[in-house]
Amino acid sequence: MARVSRLAPWAGLLPFLVYLLVFLLVPTVTVVVGAFQGGHGFSTENITGLFEATALHTLWNSLVLSVSSAVVGAVLGAFLAYLVVTRPPTSLFRRTVTAVSGVLAQFGGVPLAFAFIATLGFSGVLTEALRSSFGLDIFGSGWLFGLRGLILVYSYFQIPLMVIVFLPALEGVRPQWREAAVNLGASTWQYWTRVAGPLLLPAFLGATLLLFANAFAAYATAALLVTQGNPIVPLLIRAALTSEVVLGRQNFAFALAFEMIVVVGVVMTLYTLLLRRTSRWLR
Amino acid sequence: MRADATRESIAWRVVRVVALLAFAVFFLVPLLSMADFSTRVVGGTGRTAQPWENLVQDPMLRSSIVTSLLLALLTTVLMLVLLTPTMIWVRLRVPAASRLVEFLCLLPLTVPPLVIVVGISNVYAWVSYLLGNSPLTLTFAYVVLVLPYAYRSLDAALGSINVVTLAEAARSLGAGWTTVIVRVVLPNIWPGVTSAAFVAVALVLGEYTFASLLNFETLPYVIGLLGKSDAPTSTAASLAVLVLASLLLVALTFVGRDNRRESRRDKPSRGALT
Repeated sequence: MARVSRLAPWAGLLPFLVYLLVFLLVPTVTVVVGAFQGGHGFSTENITGLFEATALHTLWNSLVLSVSSAVVGAVLGAFLAYLVVTRPPTSLFRRTVTAVSGVLAQFGGVPLAFAFIATLGFSGVLTEALRSSFGLDIFGSGWLFGLRGLILVYSYFQIPLMVIVFLPALEGVRPQWREAAVNLGASTWQYWTRVAGPLLLPAFLGATLLLFANAFAAYATAALLVTQGNPIVPLLIRAALTSEVVLGRQNFAFALAFEMIVVVGVVMTLYTLLLRRTSRWLR
Repeated sequence: MRADATRESIAWRVVRVVALLAFAVFFLVPLLSMADFSTRVVGGTGRTAQPWENLVQDPMLRSSIVTSLLLALLTTVLMLVLLTPTMIWVRLRVPAASRLVEFLCLLPLTVPPLVIVVGISNVYAWVSYLLGNSPLTLTFAYVVLVLPYAYRSLDAALGSINVVTLAEAARSLGAGWTTVIVRVVLPNIWPGVTSAAFVAVALVLGEYTFASLLNFETLPYVIGLLGKSDAPTSTAASLAVLVLASLLLVALTFVGRDNRRESRRDKPSRGALT
């Protein structure tokens, strides 16, 4: 076989690289460039628009939603993962929880919005049941369709996501470490606070960050639930996209999308750093 | 650990059972409500199957189901054709590119789908110019969306075998690169390939962001549209999609379990935390 130059094997990557250039990098660059473009060339008016009251308030709402649902999801998800990992890997319970988590974590969008409308909406099953049997009104003034509702609904996919992300870390904790700790006279409390806790903390924080980014970027559920107003950033982007001009600005959608890249980018970078630290111990 | 298991306190058992019950209620009530909501008569008593019949009778819903299934198939095929040979090739011939490929594959986690939609209009203007304005062109964007998940499945599978040694053995017996990839490496990473495919199908069946903002009538988008006028039918369709995806992914864990157990044989997976 003819001797090939050192660069020739790179040609095998061309289809993949060209594909991603067209369908991932070009759109991303379009957003970043577009954020700094006005009607006539370079302009910072879109970026300054991000710091006006409406946009800042929307960002604040998005952060509140993402932090609350991430913390709720992380704590409850880690607990559920622990309940799962203490069962044998071949048990029906463990396989079911893992599989169901896989479905619910990936599948947040449309079905979940309707699941909660069917449960807690005005004529939802739970709403009507409580109304007719206890005279209790849990619908209130429609909190389900606002920020508080979104926190509840997001928890529905954040908890399963935490189970999936955190389970490998829990599985990586070796029985030998506990045996070693017990042999050296450690109590259960000491084992958790001195050995397992510090080992799992980076994984836990990393997973929480992932959940945060997941909630911050989520669109479908909110788009279907919230029909009035645009309380969070993704919905403001929808408004900017569909009505062309928000706040009298062109390209404002690009600026909002750029803001989203920055927030998610920072969080995901921290996540990657924490993940690297985790993988040093838990293989 | 056995000693610990027998020492498990009664208080802990109670906590565990109560916690599991609470989780079960939180996750099951919305699903059961969907079943109830989609079969009851609005403003009356009794049961109706009309919303479920609409799934096959409503022409828009029916054609959107076909569209979404085709999209799932096309996305899975294109993703596998694009990603699998590339990842094997990186391991075999261009290890220097592994960080670049990993970065690109995981990039869609950092750049949310919504951001890609905002910036993709120019690209899609070309796509619809070249291929027509079919909803099936969503395949191109969906491949990007499933990339991180597919990458992880394939990377884990490739990491559990020694690709280079396998390839060298095959090459020394006279196999060409195509044979090495298709007939030697691929069968060994089959569990990773199937799990990548299943995740891709589940993601495509649920994708809403691209479809709704680019105005293509996929199943999730049509479900959303219908929700404004006919909530019970939308609920029935949502439940149907959820059940279908669950069956797919549960089937995956049961089908793939022998292979997986084999590849994880050396890893401890229980007992550490009891």
